[in-house]
Amino acid sequence: MSSLLDKRLVVVTGKGGTGKTTVSAALGLLAARRGKRTIVCEVAERERLAALFGVEELGHKERELAPGLAGISIDPERAKADWLRHQLKSGALAGLLGHSRLFQYLTAAAPGLSELVTIGAVWDLAQLERRLGGSTYDLAIVDAPATGHGIALLRSPKTFGDIARVGPIHRQAMRIHDFVTDPKSTGVVAVALAEEMPVNETIDLGERLHHELRIAIDAIVVNGLYPERFTLEEAERMRSLDGRVPEPTRAALGAALAEHRRARSQRSELRRLRRSVEAPVATLPFLFEADLGGVGLEALSRELERKL
Amino acid sequence: MIERLLARKDVCIVAGSGGVGKTTSSAAIALGMAARGKRVAVLTIDPAKRLANSLGLSELGNEERRVEVEVEGELWAMMLDAKRTFDELVEWHAPDEQTRDAVLGNRIYRELSNAVAGSQEYMAMEKLHELHQEGRYDLLVLDTPPTRNALDFLDAPKRLSTFIDSRSLQLFTAPGRFGLKVLGRGTGVLFGAMQRLTGIDLLQDLGEFFRSFGEMSEGFRERAERVNALLADSRTAFLLVTSPRRDAVDEAVYFHHRLLDSGLPFAGVVVNRMHDPLPGDGAGDLDERLGPELAAKVADNLQDFRTLAERDRANLRGLSSRLGRKPMVQVPELDQEVNDLAGLALMNDHLFG
Repeated sequence: MSSLLDKRLVVVTGKGGTGKTTVSAALGLLAARRGKRTIVCEVAERERLAALFGVEELGHKERELAPGLAGISIDPERAKADWLRHQLKSGALAGLLGHSRLFQYLTAAAPGLSELVTIGAVWDLAQLERRLGGSTYDLAIVDAPATGHGIALLRSPKTFGDIARVGPIHRQAMRIHDFVTDPKSTGVVAVALAEEMPVNETIDLGERLHHELRIAIDAIVVNGLYPERFTLEEAERMRSLDGRVPEPTRAALGAALAEHRRARSQRSELRRLRRSVEAPVATLPFLFEADLGGVGLEALSRELERKL
Repeated sequence: MIERLLARKDVCIVAGSGGVGKTTSSAAIALGMAARGKRVAVLTIDPAKRLANSLGLSELGNEERRVEVEVEGELWAMMLDAKRTFDELVEWHAPDEQTRDAVLGNRIYRELSNAVAGSQEYMAMEKLHELHQEGRYDLLVLDTPPTRNALDFLDAPKRLSTFIDSRSLQLFTAPGRFGLKVLGRGTGVLFGAMQRLTGIDLLQDLGEFFRSFGEMSEGFRERAERVNALLADSRTAFLLVTSPRRDAVDEAVYFHHRLLDSGLPFAGVVVNRMHDPLPGDGAGDLDERLGPELAAKVADNLQDFRTLAERDRANLRGLSSRLGRKPMVQVPELDQEVNDLAGLALMNDHLFG
């Protein structure tokens, strides 16, 4: 874990609905506790981070989520304007292009440009010298989109670098590409559930990262693991009663046996995942609380600290 | 319920945030409608081959394939190859072989059509439109891509046709060249700024890219309009899939607003993986049947699942009141993960029940 948090950028991706935002936030808390100036970046305009920390919406500014932990929701439009300003080194020229309707149309519609300026903004947050000034951080954690779009985000500098071949866009894009593919600077955390399809998608993610970017997953977090409450023998005893008891005992036994089956099938998916990938796998417990709040988040971050 | 929602519809678009079960729901709906005598095709662009998994197919290609299942109608499935669909579109729109080869061979085109996320969404809509035109199916079910904002795909055709619009060329063409002189004032300055931004080489490459597309842009634009018309058609139905978790519910409410704002035909919501309410209070006479130690664990477990069921019901009530009483279908958390035809059939007991 310490080597993961010693990087400058950690990219959190994985299948939709596995808890990427929660894991990003928990990692952020952990890093902040270790005294690292940390920022968690949301890239999908969803304002989920603010809700998790119970603070008002982040908007597109860097704000404090918790002591020592900042958050930001990256807006591609704003990132594009910042990039223009920096690139042209002239407010007047940037203004000219920025006000050209044709240019606006084109950049709004250009495939992949949003991804490029987004990863550019994330890269900037991870630098000790920020392009346009602002606070500096020891670590930036990005709550990236789900697998396919997460890979597209990481790949976009290379795509644009190849499109440009030479010149300023090529140079910049390749600088970002070199940074996100250098294991000393950037780490990837995959979030998964212990179910067949999420496990398949995680294995697939590892292969695609290797194949397309020559990078590896640094750690996998398996979220929502049911507790192993019952032994096989206990399950057997309960099964032998099942069907011959009245409610509500019947419902209680049904729920217990369902939990037992699910916990076991999760363990077998977890084993399959561990066999198929080289990265260390940490698990987080399924939380039965009604909704995750600050206390739950803190608990998850302690759990990650222990397990990674 | 689903059967009623999809009566007299020939397109069903399944949308929702990631991980709520869009792909399995799409497959289940397609199977269920095929079982009710329809010729159905289900489309996905998922790179993880999840649909193939859930349909028990080893692979899917860019062509629809018949799924081997005994139903009254027919079930077909397809996993979209975005790059190939794009190439096919270029072939279709190109006025002559020279234009076609110029675009397909263009370096920028090859990079963009291969690697860029946005083009997948666009191609999904295109394929939907194409299959609809061909008219071989009673119902097309589209499993929408997991975009960052789950309804981004709606704008995809328009965005792309804007991008390749012939007017874009102005930005990449030095004033006075190629007879494009009538561009108005300021173009020279813009070109200068662009050159500073991208460097001259990229600017020239881009100019070439846009020129090669030039003659086709009108065709692409018209097509984007037809795709939009299909989405808004009264014979199209948007189904939102959500889980009963609060973040998913919030997104479903947001999608619903966006659909209504865009004038798109919203049909209903599928709430997937509901925890069933557990009857009664307490855990009954567990002590004497199981002994105190096991009985205590069973009681704790029951309490946990009651909490979950209550949470789900509360979130569902919230969803229902925020949507204003719209058709809603619940699917319980099934004992086993749904990843084959048998699982889909189980799911259909609830979707079509």
